[in-house]
Amino acid sequence: MLTPMPLDLRTALARTECDLYSNLVTRATGRAVRGQLETMLREMEGHRLAVLDFTHVGVLDFSCADEIVAQLLLRFGAGLPAHAPAPPPSPSYFMFRGLAEAHLEALEPVLEGHGLALVAEAEDGSMRLVGTVDADEQSTWQLVITSGGGDVAAIASFAVDVRVDLHARLEALARRRLVIQTPAGFHPLRHH
Amino acid sequence: MTTILTVPPSLDDGSFETLLQALAAVPDDVRVMLDARHTRWSTPYGLINLLTLAQARGDRPEFIPPEDSDTVSYWARAGFFRHAESLMKFTRPVPTKGKSGDSNFFLEITPIAQTEDVQHVVAHIQDRSKAIMETLGFPPSGSVGFSVVLSESCQNIIEHAGGPGWVAVQTYNWQKRLGRRVVVIAVSDSGVGFRTSLGQTVSRGATDRWDDAAALEAAVLRATSRFRDPGRGQGLAGIRKYMGKWDAKLTVRSGTARIGIIPKWDDDMALVEQLAPFAGAQYQIIIPQAVPS
Repeated sequence: MLTPMPLDLRTALARTECDLYSNLVTRATGRAVRGQLETMLREMEGHRLAVLDFTHVGVLDFSCADEIVAQLLLRFGAGLPAHAPAPPPSPSYFMFRGLAEAHLEALEPVLEGHGLALVAEAEDGSMRLVGTVDADEQSTWQLVITSGGGDVAAIASFAVDVRVDLHARLEALARRRLVIQTPAGFHPLRHH
Repeated sequence: MTTILTVPPSLDDGSFETLLQALAAVPDDVRVMLDARHTRWSTPYGLINLLTLAQARGDRPEFIPPEDSDTVSYWARAGFFRHAESLMKFTRPVPTKGKSGDSNFFLEITPIAQTEDVQHVVAHIQDRSKAIMETLGFPPSGSVGFSVVLSESCQNIIEHAGGPGWVAVQTYNWQKRLGRRVVVIAVSDSGVGFRTSLGQTVSRGATDRWDDAAALEAAVLRATSRFRDPGRGQGLAGIRKYMGKWDAKLTVRSGTARIGIIPKWDDDMALVEQLAPFAGAQYQIIIPQAVPS
């Protein structure tokens, strides 16, 4: 079972020396905020779902998008490109909340530059993939969301094309930590 | 010995080049006097580059202020004299203290030397972002993009220049040239420039040219960074994307070359070489008011 770990970016920013502002701009700020987040993550034992909340962030520039989001994913081996070597086992999954369109304008090219992908949750609870995902990954991930997760047969019952090797595709998504794999099957990232 | 250089009556990115051409003929050990007596108008690019010029010379050139009192008053409100005081010797008193600020200046001339300066600039411009978007006829949601462009432009000073720089944001009416208002971001530094900054890391064959134009092409068109990390170099690439979105013009000058992302409404050249040499890098972004569809 994953332990949800809400991480308010404003709180992380407030712990840095850049706490006068609510904007995530400049590489130095990004490095400082990521340092805070890494400390907060290390403080928690076991498997965890880090929920990074951007709701109170005003401006996110390309530099901070890279230093915070991309570097965090790279360091924890989450969202890595499908062709990347398998990351070392890590107990960390990531979900991103409160990403406005303006944040995504900075974030998407940064993720694409690294071949990374992440799960973003909207205010209404709906989820989407952001970054580098191909059509197969997208449709498979959507199946997990629509089905609510379960074993392969349960997820396959929601598929239109049952000929595809769904298990391999689900495992690939799990390797990217865009879904969670347990002995019971494959599940969406959820924190409530 | 002192050489007098005449500041053009109307100082913008184009006429500033004539000043640099004249400066190029002055040996380093000869003092210069900048004569702005007949200057009546300047873009933010012109003002911050006068500061950069003085900074690059390093010998506190003398400066004859404009004769026109309105021009002096405007430059004072832009913060020009306040910052120039430590870089130039004024030949007569000018208002260096007191009230600054002008409604046309969304951001008066501001020094950029460290990360906190960029944070401050972005926070400041956010307070005015609604006015900027209204001026440009863009939806308010575009204001974050404006802050991002400003942030990334300023960060190039900190990350690459190796020295301090300046930024200013102003709006003015380009009635004659474009028939619309524009918002202009000007950023300048007197640092090492793109050729030196990228020179250590850009891989090239022994016969490949490596000059200011090649360095600008690498940085602006190919998002090359001096860092090998694929996450670097995104700033200028991102700025370019916003230029397309806003139908805006971007020019970046460094050393003896200038490269531009030129929209259809302008007939400037995309690449200009063999300019007079100048320290550091100079950015100008011109965002025109949107044309109602």
